[in-house]
Amino acid sequence: MTTNLGAETAQLPPVVDGPQNSDGTPRTEDRPRPRGRGARNRLIKHLLLIVFGFVMLYPLLWMLVSSLRPNDEIFRLTGLLLTTFEIQNYVEGWNALRSPFGHYMVNSMIVVMGSIIGNLVSCSLAAYAFARLKFRKRNLLFAIMLMTIMLPIHVVIVPQYIIFSQFGWVNTFIPLILPKLLATDAFFVFLMIQFIRGLPRELDEAARIDGCGHFKIFTRIILPLMLPALATTTIFTFIWTWNDFFSQLIFLTDPEMYTVPVALRSFVDSTATSSWGSLFAMSIVSLLPIFLVFLFGQKYLVKGIATTGGK
Amino acid sequence: MSALGELSRMKRGPKGPKRPLTDAEKKEERASYLFLAPWLLGLGLITIGPMAASLYLSFTDYNLLQPPEWIGLDNYIRMMQDARLLNSLKVTFLYVFISVPLQLVAALALALVLDRGMRGLGFYRSIYYLPSLLGGSVAIAVLWRQIFGNSGLINQLLAVVGIEGRGWIADPSTALGTLMILNVWTFGAPMIIFLAGLRQIPTMYYEAASVDGASKVRQFASITIPLLTPIIFFNLVLQIIGAFQSFTQAFVVSGGTGGPSDSTMFFTLYLYQRGFTNFEMGYASAMAWLLLIIIAVFTFLNFIASKYWVFYDD
Repeated sequence: MTTNLGAETAQLPPVVDGPQNSDGTPRTEDRPRPRGRGARNRLIKHLLLIVFGFVMLYPLLWMLVSSLRPNDEIFRLTGLLLTTFEIQNYVEGWNALRSPFGHYMVNSMIVVMGSIIGNLVSCSLAAYAFARLKFRKRNLLFAIMLMTIMLPIHVVIVPQYIIFSQFGWVNTFIPLILPKLLATDAFFVFLMIQFIRGLPRELDEAARIDGCGHFKIFTRIILPLMLPALATTTIFTFIWTWNDFFSQLIFLTDPEMYTVPVALRSFVDSTATSSWGSLFAMSIVSLLPIFLVFLFGQKYLVKGIATTGGK
Repeated sequence: MSALGELSRMKRGPKGPKRPLTDAEKKEERASYLFLAPWLLGLGLITIGPMAASLYLSFTDYNLLQPPEWIGLDNYIRMMQDARLLNSLKVTFLYVFISVPLQLVAALALALVLDRGMRGLGFYRSIYYLPSLLGGSVAIAVLWRQIFGNSGLINQLLAVVGIEGRGWIADPSTALGTLMILNVWTFGAPMIIFLAGLRQIPTMYYEAASVDGASKVRQFASITIPLLTPIIFFNLVLQIIGAFQSFTQAFVVSGGTGGPSDSTMFFTLYLYQRGFTNFEMGYASAMAWLLLIIIAVFTFLNFIASKYWVFYDD
């Protein structure tokens, strides 16, 4: 696992990977490293960083190992060494609820995919208008958009619930996906605006002179260039939607419609404290998609966080 | 520039002369609103409409079965006398104002250690970042329930060194602490933002300071920290807003009760119980508006205070 992580990050462009000299070259690589005290200090630093990282990840690793242990061992063994290899927990956990766990994963996947498509389409359209077009009230709308990023969901969820339940949409995925189709995840609008602002305007101008309308400029010029921002949006939407619990708990009360987080939590309630093994097994299963997205998409994750956080 | 930076420095532009729009401008305006159509619909139907509705509902008694009944300020008066609600505020404030600073200190410390063009930077960054991706999930809350449980991992480890643990989650005096630890554990995301901020500080500042004989400590205090204040501010505001809305961990760890003895009863958890277990929609709406006001006030105070300690380079 660790080598994979290393290989993945090695592909990051140097600008993300380390500070540079003012002339743009990486600061340390080509320089001869001084020996002696400096080298020893560096070694100690690396050791401390590794130990600290290990301590941080220990609960996760321990959960993974414990999910492969018989139940009586989970409460006895604190180490990471596997003496037995028990796949039984996974079989039991998978079939512990009314439907096999795969059913909930499919449900989650539907919500995730719908949310991703919604965010990609609606947020990129809005971002293009804010970043490139002139219209009256642009500043006002832009400020409103920024403020909605910080709006707590609680202040809209009660009326949303009332309306959606009157439409008969509770226990469907519509309340979870529809808002994404309408660009309510304003964070991504902002992320894309930032990205479009960084693209040279000359491209738009050239296309306009060639007779392209705004929609054509958007689809032919801007969209292909903003693929990195779309990738970041996809990955964040995946992780946040997969993890989202509050709204899924509220809108999905029929066990058939449960998504992974809601199913997992109903599993917690229905399990006796003695069967942590199968609970751990399904927890691992539920974390696996996020972990995979993290492995393959961390370049975009890191960039996404870094660019929106920058001043 | 971050969303906060944009908001805090937005100025009212000079009003253009009032003249009829040219044809090209009219066309651009029409196109703009087409592009904005989904977002505008969402703003109206999913955000502002429901906000207005919940403001109205907050002055009513409504249980979904009978039509809402106007009761004026009764919900707000009831909130001030509701001991469980006041307690949930206390729990939430404790959580926010203890765990967020700790989390940010950890994030900054690690970012400083990592920002020296060192080997394996990407590897460490990944390790420290991973928990903040997973931390919000139900699965991690499940794990926390076990490791801080009576015979959980922590107590097993403590037993190895001869310390007798306790039921960290079952004990009202420590249950909230386990949730704070969970929040601190997710310091990776702010750490990445700090790393990006550190990278924006031109190295020539340090070079110049070295030439002038400034010590490392002096450089840290006079260059790094001042130039990093906008990032610290950004992280602070974002994490505080996020922490006020924490829900999942408390819900799963306490089995939905906010116990033991309401010691993990976050404000949002109490709101959920009132609104979606007891279906007191009016009261829950009033609570939601109180939460919005609290968050707005703290964000506003942060902005005011930032004038005195945040330093913008440009």
